[in-house]
Amino acid sequence: MREWARNHRWEVLLVGLLIATTAINIAITPVYLGVGNFINLFGLSVEKIIVAVVMAFVIINGEIDLSVASVMGFSAAVMAALYVGGDVPFVVCVAIAIAAGATAGLLQGLVVIRFGLPSLVVTLAGLIGFRGAARVLLEDTAVGDFPEWFDRLGQQPLLGPLPLAMVIFIVELTIAWIILERGSFGRKVYAIGNSAEVARFAGIGVTGVKLKIFVTSGLVAGLAGVLFAARVGSVRGDLAQFFELDIITIVLLGGVSIFGGSGSMLGVALAIFTVLNIRNGMGLTNVDGLIQTGVIGLLLIGSVLIPNLVQKARQRRSTPAIAHAPP
Amino acid sequence: MTTDASAAIARPRRFPQPDRIKEISLLGMIAFSMIVFSFFIDEYPGARFFDRLTTSVVIVAILAVGQSIVIITRNVDLSVGSIVGFTAYLTGDFLATFGSAGPIAAIGIAIVAGAVLGSINGALVAFGGVPAIIATLGTLAVFRTAMGLYAGGIDITVDRLPDWVLEFNQRSVLTIGGFDLTLIFVITIAVVAFFQWFLARVRGGRRLYAIGSNPDAASQAGLPAARLIFLAFLTSGALAGLAGFMYLTRVGTISAAAGAGLELRSVAAAVVGGVSILGGSGTVLGAFLGALLLDELRLSLIRLPAISEFWIEAALGALILVAVVLDATLRKRLNSRWAAEVRRSIGEPAPVTQGIPEGGSADA
Repeated sequence: MREWARNHRWEVLLVGLLIATTAINIAITPVYLGVGNFINLFGLSVEKIIVAVVMAFVIINGEIDLSVASVMGFSAAVMAALYVGGDVPFVVCVAIAIAAGATAGLLQGLVVIRFGLPSLVVTLAGLIGFRGAARVLLEDTAVGDFPEWFDRLGQQPLLGPLPLAMVIFIVELTIAWIILERGSFGRKVYAIGNSAEVARFAGIGVTGVKLKIFVTSGLVAGLAGVLFAARVGSVRGDLAQFFELDIITIVLLGGVSIFGGSGSMLGVALAIFTVLNIRNGMGLTNVDGLIQTGVIGLLLIGSVLIPNLVQKARQRRSTPAIAHAPP
Repeated sequence: MTTDASAAIARPRRFPQPDRIKEISLLGMIAFSMIVFSFFIDEYPGARFFDRLTTSVVIVAILAVGQSIVIITRNVDLSVGSIVGFTAYLTGDFLATFGSAGPIAAIGIAIVAGAVLGSINGALVAFGGVPAIIATLGTLAVFRTAMGLYAGGIDITVDRLPDWVLEFNQRSVLTIGGFDLTLIFVITIAVVAFFQWFLARVRGGRRLYAIGSNPDAASQAGLPAARLIFLAFLTSGALAGLAGFMYLTRVGTISAAAGAGLELRSVAAAVVGGVSILGGSGTVLGAFLGALLLDELRLSLIRLPAISEFWIEAALGALILVAVVLDATLRKRLNSRWAAEVRRSIGEPAPVTQGIPEGGSADA
C-alpha cells in the first residue's frame, strides 16, 4: 500500500482534494447528498467527460486532439441535416453521424501520420474546419423536434436513476481502464508516448496505434455530440463550442503528462470527479460560472506548479550537503 | 584557419534561404488568390478591399507576431485572446473614466497591462517549470475570470467612450486615390519590421531560435534560457495588450467574451506563415503574411457571390491544412538543399546519412 502510494503520489493528492471538496460541499449545503443532485452533477457535463476519457489516450500517446468539440458539433449537425432532409430513418441518421465523427478522426490521423505533422497543428485546422462544416450543414438554423424516443434516451433515466449517457460513461471508463492498464495495447500507448522512435525500433506498429486512437477520438466525440443533442433536444452549428479546453484541462489535472508517456485512468477519473464536485458545490452555493472557470484554471496551474516548487525547494536544501561532501 | 571561419559566415549566393522562399511564396499565394478572385468579384481588388483588409488584419497580425516569438522558443501562448479582452476592457474603462486622455496614454496602459499578464505566463513557464500549454490554458481561464470580476457584468459601450476612439480606427496617414493607409496598419507594419529585425539581427533574438531548436544545447552553451523565455511571454502579452487597444477602437463595445478564440487564430496565422510549432524556425514576417493571407481569403470568400458565408470557416480549415502539409513537404527539401549549399561554401563534406525511420524527425 505504501509502495503504491509512493508511485501514485498524484492520485493520492487527488483523493485528498476530492474528500476535501466533498466535505466542504456537505457542510455548505444539505442538498448535496441527494441522488438527484448526483445525477445533476454528472448530467450537465457528461459529454465532456466521455470525450475526456479518450483524450487521456491521445495525450498519453504523445499527441493532442484540439478538434473534439468541433467534431461533436459536426456529428450532431450531420445527424440534424439528415433528419431535416427527411428520407432517412432516424436511427440511420444517428449511425451516420457517429461514423462521420470517426471519419473526421481518421482523416486527421492519416494527415498526422503520413506527413509527420504535429497533431497540434493538424487538429487546430480540424477545429476550424469541422466547426465550419457544421455551419455549412445547418447555416444559422436550429434543428429540434427529434423523435420522441431520442429525446427520452437523452433526458430520462434508463438504468435506475442513470440516463443513457451516464451508463455509457461508466462502461467506457471501465473498458478504458482495462485497455490502458491491463492490456498490451495500453503498454504500446505508453511506450509510444515516451518515445515514438524507441517504440518503433522495439517493433511496435506506431502508426497503427496512433491511427486507432485518432479514429476512436473522433468516434467518441461523434457519439458525445449525438448524446448532447439528445439531452438538449436541439442542434445548432455552435453546439459544444470551446469544450476542447475544458476536456484537456480535466485530463491534465488528472496527472497525464502533456509530453506523453505517463498518466493513469484512475487519475483521470479522480480529476473528473474533483472538477465536477467543485463546479457542483459552487453551483449549489450560487457561485458564478465565470468564477468556477477561473478556479479550475488556477487548479490546473497549481497542480503542476506546486509540486515543481516543492521539488525545487527540496533540491535547494539538499545541494549544500553535496557541496560539503568529501571528494 | 581564420579565413575558413569567416568564409563560414559568408552566405552562399546561389540558393536563397528557406525562410525567404517561404515569405516570397506566401506573397505569391496572396497575389495569385487575389487574381483568381478578381475574375469572380466585381470591382476587386480595389481600394475598398485594400482598406477593409488593412484595417481588419491588424489585430490578428499583431497577435501572430507575439505568438511567433513564443512559438520560436518551443512554447505556445493560448492566453492571448483573454489578454486582448482584459486589456480592451481595462483601456475602455480608463477612457470612460478619464475622457480627456489621449491615444498615447491609452496605448501605454494597454501595453503595460498586457505585459503584466504576459509576465505571469512567463514566470509560470520559465521559473515555475509549468509546460506552456498548461500554464496558458490555465491563464486563459483565469484572465477571463479576472476580467469578468473586474467588469461585474457591465459592458463597455461606445457612448461611454471619447469620440476619438472609434475614429482612431479610420485615422489615415496617407491617402492615394481611394487607398487609405491607416495609422493602425502603419503601427502594425512597424511592429512587424521591428521584430523581424530583432529576431534576425540582434543577439537576444537569435538566442530565441537557439533555445527553440535545442533547449538542452542552448542551456549547456550558457544561454540564459529561462530569462529569454520569460521575456518572450512578456513581449507576447505586451503585443496582445496593443491588440486589445485596437480591438477596443474597432469594436467599441466590450463584453465579457471579447477576444475569445483569437488565441487559436493567432496560432493558425503563425503556422500558415511557416513558424514551426516545434520551435526554432520561422519568421515574424512570415507570420504576418500568414495572417494577411488568411484574412484576405476570408474577406474575399465573403464577397464571392457563389459561396454562402457559412462556407468560409470550412474553407479556412481546409486551407490551413493544405498550407501546413505543403510547407512540411517542401520545407524539408529546401532545408537539406540549403544545408548542402552551406556545407559546400565552407568546404565541409556531406555527413553520412543513416537510415532514419520515417517520421523520425518531424521537423517541418
